[in-house]
Amino acid sequence: MATKPVKLLGFWDSPYVNRVQFALNLKSIDHEFIEENILSKSELLLRSNPVQKKIPVLIHGDEPICESLNIVQYIDEVWTDGPSILPSHPRDRAMSRFWAAYIDEKWLPLLWEVYEAKEEDSRTTLLEKVREGLVLLEAAFVKCSKGKAFFGGDSIGYLDIALGGCLGWLKGIEKLASVKLLDETKTPALLGWAETFCSNEAAKNVVPEPEKLNKCLKEFQAQAAAATK
Amino acid sequence: MEEVKLFGHPASPFSCRVEIALKLKGVHYDFIAEDPSNKSPQLLQYNPVHKKIPVLLHNGKPIAESLVILEYIDEVWKTNPILPQNPHEKAKARFWANYVEEKCLPALFKTFWSVGEQYDKDKAEAGEVLKFLEDELQGKKFFGGDSIGLVDIVANFMAFWFRTIQEALGLDVLTKDNFPKLWEWAENYVNCSDINQFLPPKDKLIAIFPPPYMGQHLVAFFQSRLAAAAAAK
Repeated sequence: MATKPVKLLGFWDSPYVNRVQFALNLKSIDHEFIEENILSKSELLLRSNPVQKKIPVLIHGDEPICESLNIVQYIDEVWTDGPSILPSHPRDRAMSRFWAAYIDEKWLPLLWEVYEAKEEDSRTTLLEKVREGLVLLEAAFVKCSKGKAFFGGDSIGYLDIALGGCLGWLKGIEKLASVKLLDETKTPALLGWAETFCSNEAAKNVVPEPEKLNKCLKEFQAQAAAATK
Repeated sequence: MEEVKLFGHPASPFSCRVEIALKLKGVHYDFIAEDPSNKSPQLLQYNPVHKKIPVLLHNGKPIAESLVILEYIDEVWKTNPILPQNPHEKAKARFWANYVEEKCLPALFKTFWSVGEQYDKDKAEAGEVLKFLEDELQGKKFFGGDSIGLVDIVANFMAFWFRTIQEALGLDVLTKDNFPKLWEWAENYVNCSDINQFLPPKDKLIAIFPPPYMGQHLVAFFQSRLAAAAAAK
């Protein structure tokens, strides 16, 4: 099953796509990356994800799998040769899933809202919420990592991937708004984790550079605004 | 000796999901009913992030968030699997469970709060969301196939809570005519003995909806809609 061809439909500026890229790299899975233009979706994307019409989509053989965290779990379950992504104990798996859900429901959407914020006041409020979330994630990291480098312990795990995907936008916002969101006082452990994560083989050519990302997102926002007029 | 406790509410679809799963697996548990307007210190201790039910306590260790709890239960107790074994089928089940939770739930409940043109618009949007589920049920009794699976458990609010309140308000979002497969699924679902023992009585559900934390203005709006619907009958 693991030998069928693998394609990833996505775009490099998306945290959701980055997550899948980390997982594919961790497991050393050969794959074809098909770049999608979100404002002009391909037939392949619309056919593969007719319900949500969103990236990322992993196409394994001719079967599509959608939703980033879903795809990461799928990769972990099919490619069992490589390092495990989810922890082995059900309780630790539940912890990882709980925090990944927190990130996706409560925290990651805030980052996009920062990029979309038109007024300074709303941006400031949002940044405060982002920081509050990071404090919670700092505590989660300390608990999950048990003194090791990653949420997953010695190696990158599910929660590293879930949060690692957000690092592109997080660093982009730090640059855009000239702020520090991960800092030595409130989130020292996460600050160290981010550096370790970004220099890891699975992540280093994936996490976008802040300037390149911000330029790309700005262009996207302009195109999206023009398209709705 | 396993110790399993569930912090929940007898009228909550979210804690109901966990009860269904525990029943399917034959797991004995203590149910601790929480009052949302007066949360216990234990609940706040076990779920400090969201401060909500359900929370499963297994041998003293808490797990929160119903979808996380469901996967945990499936991994710990192997009888009557809720998720398929095949990774691709499993991924599909997780996809639909998320779709039901993140798209269906808000789209359906939105229709309770709008009137006139806005209601027509919200009803149409809910219809667009439900269409995919209607298609997914073709040739199947349940989303899980012949037996109840993860998606069915997560969609419990659709089968019972939504339809009960929809009926009381005289709405027509999810009907036998417009979504025959979903309607049939819902009827089969609420008649399952593994499920219906956990469903609150309809009049009790209507009496306590919406929960006060949603805001007094919504409570008042709902009451007036109920009265209008009753008068129209």
